[in-house]
Amino acid sequence: MITLNVNGKPRNLDIAEDMPLLWTLRDVLSMTGTKFGCGAGLCGACTVHIDGQQTRSCITPVSAAVGKKITTIEAVGATPAGKKVQAAWLSLDVPQCGYCQSGQIMSASALLAATPKPSDSDIDSAMAGNICRCGTYPRIRAAIKKAAGVTDTEV
Amino acid sequence: MNRRDFLTATSALGGGLLLGFGLPARGEIRDTLTTNAPFAPNAFLRIDRTGKVTFVMPMIEMGQGTYTSLPMLIAEELEVDVDKVAIEHSPPDDKVYVNPLIGIQMAGGSTAVRGMYVPLRRAGATARVMLVTAAAQRWKVDPSTCRAENGAVVHAPTGRKLGYGALVDAAAKLQVPEKVALKEPGEFKLVGTPHRRLDTSGKVNGSAKFGIDTRLPGMKFAVVAASPTFGGKLVSVDEAKAKAVRGVSQVVRLDDAVAVVAIHTWAAKQGLAAAAPQWDAGPNAKLSTADIVEQLARASENPGAVARHDGDAATAIAGAARKVDAIYQQPFLAHATMEPMNCTVQVTKEGCDIWTGTQVPGLTQAAVMKLTGLGREQVRIHNHLLGGGFGRRLEYDGTVRAVQIAQQVRGPVQVIWTREEDIQHDMYRPYYYDRLSAGVDAKGRAVAWSHRITGSSIVARYSPSWIKDGVDPDAVESSANLPYEFSDIHVDWVAQEPPGISTTWWRGVGSTRGTFVVESFIDELATSAKADPLAYRIALLEKNPRARAVLQLAAERSGWGKPLPSGQGRGIALCTGFGSFIAQVVQVSVDKDSGVNPTHVWCAVDCGVQVNPDTIRAQMESGIIFGLSAALHGEITIKDGRVEQTNFGDYRVLRINEAPRIRVDLVKNLEAPGGIGEPGTSCVMPALTNAIFAAAGKRIRKLPVGDQTRAA
Repeated sequence: MITLNVNGKPRNLDIAEDMPLLWTLRDVLSMTGTKFGCGAGLCGACTVHIDGQQTRSCITPVSAAVGKKITTIEAVGATPAGKKVQAAWLSLDVPQCGYCQSGQIMSASALLAATPKPSDSDIDSAMAGNICRCGTYPRIRAAIKKAAGVTDTEV
Repeated sequence: MNRRDFLTATSALGGGLLLGFGLPARGEIRDTLTTNAPFAPNAFLRIDRTGKVTFVMPMIEMGQGTYTSLPMLIAEELEVDVDKVAIEHSPPDDKVYVNPLIGIQMAGGSTAVRGMYVPLRRAGATARVMLVTAAAQRWKVDPSTCRAENGAVVHAPTGRKLGYGALVDAAAKLQVPEKVALKEPGEFKLVGTPHRRLDTSGKVNGSAKFGIDTRLPGMKFAVVAASPTFGGKLVSVDEAKAKAVRGVSQVVRLDDAVAVVAIHTWAAKQGLAAAAPQWDAGPNAKLSTADIVEQLARASENPGAVARHDGDAATAIAGAARKVDAIYQQPFLAHATMEPMNCTVQVTKEGCDIWTGTQVPGLTQAAVMKLTGLGREQVRIHNHLLGGGFGRRLEYDGTVRAVQIAQQVRGPVQVIWTREEDIQHDMYRPYYYDRLSAGVDAKGRAVAWSHRITGSSIVARYSPSWIKDGVDPDAVESSANLPYEFSDIHVDWVAQEPPGISTTWWRGVGSTRGTFVVESFIDELATSAKADPLAYRIALLEKNPRARAVLQLAAERSGWGKPLPSGQGRGIALCTGFGSFIAQVVQVSVDKDSGVNPTHVWCAVDCGVQVNPDTIRAQMESGIIFGLSAALHGEITIKDGRVEQTNFGDYRVLRINEAPRIRVDLVKNLEAPGGIGEPGTSCVMPALTNAIFAAAGKRIRKLPVGDQTRAA
């Protein structure tokens, strides 16, 4: 039996220690906001926070999350940075297909929590692990700046 | 449990619970066909007694913004607040939900607004007229003294007002009018004004439901593996070892694939690894990309089916002062949608329920009917938001595979393709091989154009009736109808199928292949004439003012003609397709060590009537980045009968740090609306490679760009 703290709630789970957190969330807890994209830590769709740090849940065994606070897209809006990021995403209509956006928002929220006024290169390093096939990158960049209250420049 | 109870139970399980944290919720998106409202004057809208308006979308949302632009068309005429409507995915029906430009129910080909511009406005106007009539009858007044506004009918002289909800029962008893007047574009209040997307809330809080998010009571998970070689067969699996993995319940063997079924995806994945399937590699065991290219090159020596023949290009080229020749090659491409292929199926004695995201619900239903022998009513498709389409979900191979598996499983099962399986068993954009020749006169002016296209015909498999006089219209798109004027033009096409490899649509379809070749070769001719690439194009577009205007606009925004530092360059391209006119200028820096870096893209768009201008911008940004990913890195290669790429590590796509700054300018006019989902992708590839030529003098005739500039 493994106990995980997911979005502030203790969850007792009868699963193997090496099971990735992604499948635990999606298939055992039916929390489908966290997405499967690559299974190899290459695309960022599965990003969650563990103790506030952006983490690829598809390559993180649940044993690594025991005793720590797991935050998912379903609850990130309750954090100050997550709330700002979601509001900026809405106001700039960032998502297209939307599939990668849970991961994008989790990465952006972790960035802003740690670096409230990120530079373009801060954004590049925090967000380069999150692929978007719809190409919403220009709006992701603009929305992060909006959430941070940083001015964006026109082309 | 009947179907409706079942749907209610499953939707309570999956969605609707998570909206919160004070975000404004717009555009409730519901499962397929859940509403039973008294007023349903046509297939696209229902209004219940509380006045709640539901729009049934004929085309699925895959990111292109159709769940906002299509509701805007209905709401414009129905006079309701589009932010308050609920949206449902349409059930499969190739007649009621037909895409008039395609002939079946399909989201694809940049056709949503073009195809539904009139039908959806008519749907809204019809309902409005009936509601106004019902109110006028209630008040015993002339309908012409009443008007509809904001979900209610108002009798202007007396100020009386009835909400639509109070009128639905009476309106439902009226005959549906055959003819209704539609607003002139100049009268639009909603259409043409930037509107926030209706599907964003669920996509920022995790509650949006994609096919892969289907969760049903008692549902199992299956991970599938198909023969790694094209055309191979399953020989054996170690079932005992697979079942020894905790949580694995079953191994399903098919002729050319195996699936392991378990209580969760992780167990299924481990079970599949333990099963260690053995394969008979089959007839294509030695196939490589080089073999396929050689076959294409050889086939391209032969004359093809004639797609265009103006004047006598062969003679004109033979007699010209100079001849310019080039061969262009474009690789196999995967789609790599962010949501990997998946499909959830429950087969019972009574029928078959399917939960997935598809661009073609009707075709999918028909394929399952054929496979199972079930009737139309028994095959129920529950469509979902698509985690990317790009043409991949115009196919139903995954659904057929999932049903084959589910036929052997008790209860519902979600079949998932791992990313590796998704990339290695995609249906690919075909490899194309194009030969071009032009005759140039003594002044450097091109006088004749000859173009032979060789490649796989998607249409021949997908919809053979579209082939006319032996010519696949998709194969020659943007080539046979190139926008430039020459007195002598010859375009022909040779069908050559790659052995064992399934090919299909990919964002931009034929236009993307044709535009790359035509816009690259035009650039070569400009170079050969020592002319400015913009001026050279303009001179050949005398009869095409809309094309000239977007070229000039993009050029102007980009600072065209102003000098750039060494190693940087600008390239321009034009795409006239899907009823739209698009021009782009790409600016790149090319460095021997760091390679090609597209820094800026300026995009000018004339797509006629604009429905949601912000969506047009978004689709351009999207198409540009999608096209740059492919042009710079995209390539599926084959060795020993199997695809070499596996995941995003070796099938590279652009990341945020590699994305250019993009500026989109829209040209306003009231021409018929054009498509916007694909031309952005078509245009950017040649604009990029033309920019590389301007920056580094290296002409890219074979995609992807890859390391070609480093070797230069």
